[in-house]
Amino acid sequence: MFKQTTAITSMNLRAIPQRMGTSWVIVIGIAVTVAVLVSVLAMVAGFSKTLSSTGRADRVIVLRGGSVAELSSTISRDNTINIMDAPGVKKDAEGKPIASAEMVAVVALPQRKTGTAANVTVRGVGAKAAELRPEIHLVAGRMFQPAVRELIVGRSALTQFKGVDIGSHISFRNTDWTVVGEFESGGDAHESELMGDIETVLSAFRRNLFQSVTVMLDSPDAFAQYKDKLTTDPTLTVDVQREPDYYAAQSKQLNKLLNFLAFGVGGIMAIGAIFGALNTMYSAVSARSLEIATLRAIGFGAGAVVVSVFVEALLLSLVGGLIGAAAAWLFFNGNTVNTLGANFTQVVFHLTVTPQLLVSGIIWACVIGVLGGLFPAIRAARLPVATALRAA
Amino acid sequence: MSAIVSLHNVVKTYTRGKQTVEVLHNLSIDIAQGDFVALMGPSGSGKTTLLNLIGGLDRPSKGEVNVAGERIDQLSSGQLAKWRARHVGFVFQFYNLMPMLTAERNVELPLLLTNLSSAQRKQNVQAALTVVGLAERAKHKPAELSGGQAQRVAIARALVADPTLLVCDEPTGDLDRTTADEILHLLQMLNKDHGKTIVMVTHDPKAAEFASHQLHLDKGQLVEGSAHA
Amino acid sequence: MKYFPLLWAALWRKKARTIFTLLSITVAFLLFGMLQGVNAGFNQAVEKANVNRLITTSSIALTENLPYGDLAQIEALPGVAGVAHASWFGPYYQDPKNFVFSFPVEPERYFGIYPELILPKEQLQAFINTRTGAVIGADLARKYGWKIGDRVPLHSTIWTKPDGTSDWNFDVVGIYENPTDRAQENAFFFNYKYFDEGRSFSKGTVGWYIVRVKDPTQSAQIAAAVDKLFANSPDETKTETEKEFQQAFLKQIGDINMIVTYILFAVFFALLFATGSTMMQSVRERVPELAVLKTLGFSDTSVLTLVLCESLLLCLLAAALGLIAAWALFPGLKDTLGVVKLPTVVIVEGVVVAVLLAFITGIFPAWRAKRLDIVEALRG
Repeated sequence: MFKQTTAITSMNLRAIPQRMGTSWVIVIGIAVTVAVLVSVLAMVAGFSKTLSSTGRADRVIVLRGGSVAELSSTISRDNTINIMDAPGVKKDAEGKPIASAEMVAVVALPQRKTGTAANVTVRGVGAKAAELRPEIHLVAGRMFQPAVRELIVGRSALTQFKGVDIGSHISFRNTDWTVVGEFESGGDAHESELMGDIETVLSAFRRNLFQSVTVMLDSPDAFAQYKDKLTTDPTLTVDVQREPDYYAAQSKQLNKLLNFLAFGVGGIMAIGAIFGALNTMYSAVSARSLEIATLRAIGFGAGAVVVSVFVEALLLSLVGGLIGAAAAWLFFNGNTVNTLGANFTQVVFHLTVTPQLLVSGIIWACVIGVLGGLFPAIRAARLPVATALRAA
Repeated sequence: MSAIVSLHNVVKTYTRGKQTVEVLHNLSIDIAQGDFVALMGPSGSGKTTLLNLIGGLDRPSKGEVNVAGERIDQLSSGQLAKWRARHVGFVFQFYNLMPMLTAERNVELPLLLTNLSSAQRKQNVQAALTVVGLAERAKHKPAELSGGQAQRVAIARALVADPTLLVCDEPTGDLDRTTADEILHLLQMLNKDHGKTIVMVTHDPKAAEFASHQLHLDKGQLVEGSAHA
Repeated sequence: MKYFPLLWAALWRKKARTIFTLLSITVAFLLFGMLQGVNAGFNQAVEKANVNRLITTSSIALTENLPYGDLAQIEALPGVAGVAHASWFGPYYQDPKNFVFSFPVEPERYFGIYPELILPKEQLQAFINTRTGAVIGADLARKYGWKIGDRVPLHSTIWTKPDGTSDWNFDVVGIYENPTDRAQENAFFFNYKYFDEGRSFSKGTVGWYIVRVKDPTQSAQIAAAVDKLFANSPDETKTETEKEFQQAFLKQIGDINMIVTYILFAVFFALLFATGSTMMQSVRERVPELAVLKTLGFSDTSVLTLVLCESLLLCLLAAALGLIAAWALFPGLKDTLGVVKLPTVVIVEGVVVAVLLAFITGIFPAWRAKRLDIVEALRG
């Protein structure tokens, strides 16, 4: 059977150049489907990566109880001290808690791409912020000085917005600020932000309430105890979450939408591609019904015929899948996309076409190919030999 | 009887790549109205080419082709199409029916080019099918008909617009002896009882006997038979 | 017309092939309908924007508040017909999943400036007279089964009271409808006074102002005038037309338009191939038949027209099926999008695209059919 299959298959494959037109239908239909699927899933991957890479298991973010995001939270100064002093928080060499009481403000700045304004986060951070977030590295300029109206800008924010290059001035609420440095933090959510000294930012916005406290724990296992201590404290009404959990929750809504887009649109396209494949394979079988009948008359088995049709369909689908995946990778990998994040500000994330996605794309292609080849293959096997020979 | 078809010094050449082949050499033929002519000759003699010229499917390289008083060699292809619709009915060796249309829809085709109403068309189709004896097969598709029946439908289609001329290219070439005879009898009847002028190409001497006159072609020229039929 | 049986029969010559091609096209148009519908849905807010209204926000960001005192100044400007304000309350009902779009407003001002919100006069009066009164959208009322007279508690994620709690109580006194846009019947309005007195910070401020102008052609000037009032103050403003405001907001969500266009381009590119291939095959197979039609007297041009009409018939039929399916499925997206019906313009666009598709895929085979030489074709 194997020899028969190989013989028929190679005959079929060699005949493909004669049927370029219809063969391209499968290839292109599948290429397009896989390309769209992979690119949208790359958005999902990129978005998740950005948010999930923000945060470590041993860092905890504390918000006012019932606030869903930092923007809507308020914490008094006294409370921030209690939160930072609670047991479980790591201390630095001088015995001070590695923690930062912060506020976030939203500022509208013009985007480079469109020129229209979009929201960006200005985060006021405490003195220990650098130790709290060692993943933040300055790549240009210098750190802001406390009590001075200076800001550092995240790399993603820099690529996205106008007027935030080092040396630029931004003003809000009648205060004038200078951007003095650029930082990167491994592509996480903070890279889309501007940061400054907390007290200076507070006073510029004329606020006296903080919005979050982020602390570093002695170890990730200290979480349960730490959370307990805070939630049972009668003077505090707070929500305590591990950072990764907090950011994961933020992305849930967008994730859902993107997945819906990927599988909804991708699914529909796949169905269309299956019809295209069915069309092509049926026409391939029908065009070669004489050859197939002759082979059957000679003595080749039906099984060999079926397999050969499948192989042809699979091969074409594979080519289509490879082209589609390659196209997605070429055009979209590394592209930045920005959209509205949880704090009503822009989150920038990079489309990541992971090897995993490429493989998924190719698998999808093969599934389509198999489904598109199934019925034609059966038809080829069941071809009434005598009728086909006579039609010649 | 007047000549309904008249060819004068007709030459037809084909160019294949660099080669030019002259298929018909200075042919002059007259065919009288109401005549049933069989065009015979070996393969390659040019009889189908001649038929195509008479039927207005092709134009001569040189010479005149007169049919029903018109110089059809001078018509443009658009005018020729109109002319064909009015004046010629074709019958082919392999019937050339539309496989996805019923017999009556096939017969109706030439009438779509006229201004007849749907009811009038239906009436004419019925009449044509009755003449060829296939009225009860009107709703059948070609695949459901035998060879002879299919050819009858083709003849009905050729007749339905009441053309000046019936042009047949090997009409019995694909049929067995008995069926071929039936078809030839039908053609004869159309000629004798309905006065149809028929020009038929055939290589079958038995078929040629049904015609009233025979013309022989060899290598693009008339051999036997008089130039005036 | 009379050629229909011929066209129809020609299409179904190879049943399987026609069905698959038809289904491919139908699927593509289903996608077209859904995606363009989404696109249109997002743009609807922009389309429906009222030309008589301007939105004034803090120039820093939408999330910063403005002093209540600004109202009188804006109202005094020439060309201003009326001013209202609203703020973002940000609550949920019982469970954080049940987010409610809620805004503290001054009843007469707000409903006056949004005449499309239909509220019976007595209910408006009750709203004015009841401190804890709330007027809710018909859709919202249906969702939670709220009726006039119900007491509804909401938990604000932002605004706490001096006692530290964020639970606010309201009495439903009215239900409004928006016949011009049924997707906008889900808001929860309550009294600004109750809000400002009850919250523990940012007292005396509002989220944004809505300004009605007497003459829409003067919008740009009036917007500039408003911003001039507060330039160089700690609370600088940014005033733009309602349309610009919606557009800017949409832009922040992302270039939905672009994504949809890309996807649809890809889909139709693939479709062109599929359909074109089918048409080419179909014509190639029918060369003898087309030649016969010409012998019968069909002119070259009429054969071209026949092939094009076949293509048109196939594409329009398939597109119609796809668009109808999209139209039927679209309301299912209501919750994600807030759009209720597939806009008619999308269907019209779909038909136009179908015709284009038919033409592009049909013209080449149709041309071949036209140029077919009868003698050659019959010989072969």
